[in-house]
Amino acid sequence: MTDNWIWHTERIPPAVTAWLTGLLGPGLLVDLAKMAIVAGILAGFVSLLALALVWVERKVAAHVQQRLGPMRVGPHGLLQTLADGLKLLSKENITPLEADHFVFHLAPLLCFAATFVALAFIPFAPDIQAVNFNVGLVFVLGIGSVGVLGILAAGWSSNNKWSLLGAMRAGAQIISYELSATIALLSMLVFAGSLDFRGIIASQEGGWWIWRAPVVGFVAFVIYGIASTAECNRTPFDLVEGESELTAGFHTEYTSIRFAMFFLAEFVNMFVVCAISATVFLGGWMPFHIGNLAGFNRIADLIPPWAWFFGKTMLLVLVFMWVRWTFPRLRVDQLMNFEWKFLLPLAFGTLAVASVLVTFGWYFFPG
Amino acid sequence: MELTPAAEHPHRRTTDAAPIYEDYFVNMGPQHPSTHGVLRLILKLEGETVLGLTPVLGYVHRGVEKMGEAMTVLQFTHLTDRLDYLSAHMNNWGWALAVEQALGIEVPARAEHIRVIMSELTRISSHQLWWGVLGMDLGAFTPFLYGFRDRELINDIFEKTCGARLTMNYIRPGGVTADVEEDFAKDVRAFIDYFTPVIDEYETLVGGNIIFQERTKGIGVLGADLARSLGCTGPTLRASGVSYDVRRNRPYGIYPKLAFDVPVQSGGDSWARYLVRIAEMRESLKIIRQALDTMPEGPVRTKLPPIVKVPPGRWLGRVEAARGEIAFFLVGDGTEKPWRLKVRSPNFSNLAALPEIIKGCRVADVVAVLSTLDVVIPCIDR
Repeated sequence: MTDNWIWHTERIPPAVTAWLTGLLGPGLLVDLAKMAIVAGILAGFVSLLALALVWVERKVAAHVQQRLGPMRVGPHGLLQTLADGLKLLSKENITPLEADHFVFHLAPLLCFAATFVALAFIPFAPDIQAVNFNVGLVFVLGIGSVGVLGILAAGWSSNNKWSLLGAMRAGAQIISYELSATIALLSMLVFAGSLDFRGIIASQEGGWWIWRAPVVGFVAFVIYGIASTAECNRTPFDLVEGESELTAGFHTEYTSIRFAMFFLAEFVNMFVVCAISATVFLGGWMPFHIGNLAGFNRIADLIPPWAWFFGKTMLLVLVFMWVRWTFPRLRVDQLMNFEWKFLLPLAFGTLAVASVLVTFGWYFFPG
Repeated sequence: MELTPAAEHPHRRTTDAAPIYEDYFVNMGPQHPSTHGVLRLILKLEGETVLGLTPVLGYVHRGVEKMGEAMTVLQFTHLTDRLDYLSAHMNNWGWALAVEQALGIEVPARAEHIRVIMSELTRISSHQLWWGVLGMDLGAFTPFLYGFRDRELINDIFEKTCGARLTMNYIRPGGVTADVEEDFAKDVRAFIDYFTPVIDEYETLVGGNIIFQERTKGIGVLGADLARSLGCTGPTLRASGVSYDVRRNRPYGIYPKLAFDVPVQSGGDSWARYLVRIAEMRESLKIIRQALDTMPEGPVRTKLPPIVKVPPGRWLGRVEAARGEIAFFLVGDGTEKPWRLKVRSPNFSNLAALPEIIKGCRVADVVAVLSTLDVVIPCIDR
């Protein structure tokens, strides 16, 4: 039953290549066709993902707050986001008179492109990955930082004092918290011994790093979780767009499709960081196995790898949402103190301990 | 439109330091998500730090006091609802006290009890709203909906008896408009039973949160002397360590017969103001229970003459509203209309503390401190 392409997704790319070669003949054309197909799939995936995540967020928020949330458009309001999206598209696209037009128009594209590109490196299932790159993780972290450029550009070019304040906060916050996030991932990379997402997943054959790396795995997981919340500008670190303080922060002046792009980027970004977390700490698409319990492992294998991946990622996304609707927001100085005086030293400590553990092979199932 | 450079801004001179072009002025309001109505604050910033703050008032000025001089004392009652709309019953009561003193009328015992119950319910509902909005101002959206969920129950009780949910216009000179609805006692008791444990939930959700404590402790410290000299009243004053409550210090109605504590905190910061209001909700529940238990039967309104003429003289009706002491100063000249009318707004004095206590805080603290001062703008602007 499990011996088909749903479970063995690694059979899909060769099959598609073979089909295209038969259709177009060998050569450049096949590569171009593959690029077009993958780009199309990713674009469709991003749109669907954003729709789904916005709906989930609204439902989670509603149930935390003892409400029902969207219920009218479609069953349980499933089509509400679509309706809202259409409404956003039909709005007037306003550019403030005194704004820096070029930068103002570029900013949402930068934000969106950054998260969109990062998605191309995420392995959703065996061999289901748009780009396989031997330093994929480094690239994803790097491209993720381009997003903050978009936020800064948006705040600066809007010619609005509140936007500028939001953008300044964003710059300080995201750059600071990126350090912790990167170091937390780094301390897992010394275990995995690879910067390639495939290599990282392959290294977790014997167990997920969150528990196989004793204690440090969990600590690094929590550090990454906190730091990536800050990177995504979500409560309790949503100072960048803190509604009660800055009205809407950097995107105050944005309307219509440009606002939608920021909005989309925010949700996709949340998915990306959760996907990275799931891949590095929770074994990516690897099913959950317990040692020699063959029966249990067989049942776990019945769930296809992509379902494992989405299950883990969505679980983390739900935690993000739960936190968002429960916590108040930090103040800007507390945010900085927390990062530089607590989180970053802790991350460095984790990295040091992790290095020692790896050197002496003091972790579960080494080699 | 010509833009005025920051340093030449008309309100520039109201802040202290020497004029520097680098000063960053920001308007918080009159249209801003967290100024609780149409309040405008001009912030002078250096990065995120607030160097100075000037409130600009008057956006919802309706001339309530002058209007009152053009209408009879009974007609004016309905305008008092619209001052601090979150303590509508107390405002009615304050005005009723002034008029009753002027006319020398007694209020039936049942009406006095109803007045106390209604006022304390109003205090709770006002604090519920404050609690929810405080959470939202600090970036947590959920408390807002919890606060409104519970406030709904009080609004339902009001609606059953008064027919309105916000501006009830229920307490009148001489008593109350009409007797309470027959399920009233049952509803109120059900509310008390429901809400007593909910306050603990409030404290777990917001007060117990480490981020909330970090955001409020030691922020916006209002010293006792400053609070007294600015005329702050209500929870704002009591959080600064001054035990002054009109219900206790200048008793009115049946408050002398009721056993309740006046919660006082000495911190003076946002956290102390939070604690005082939470404690006040518990005390209000206690008061309501006692008033319900002792509520006699009987008339609810003293009959007033068909034309109420205010004798010459001056009277002051003062009550403890949800935000502090609200007082109505009435000068009569023998006609049906007040010769002069003055409203003493607790919010105005409490807001006066904001520019003093906010210096050196962050932008985010402006919102938090403003929220714990809990001002209602229509009462300030009148």
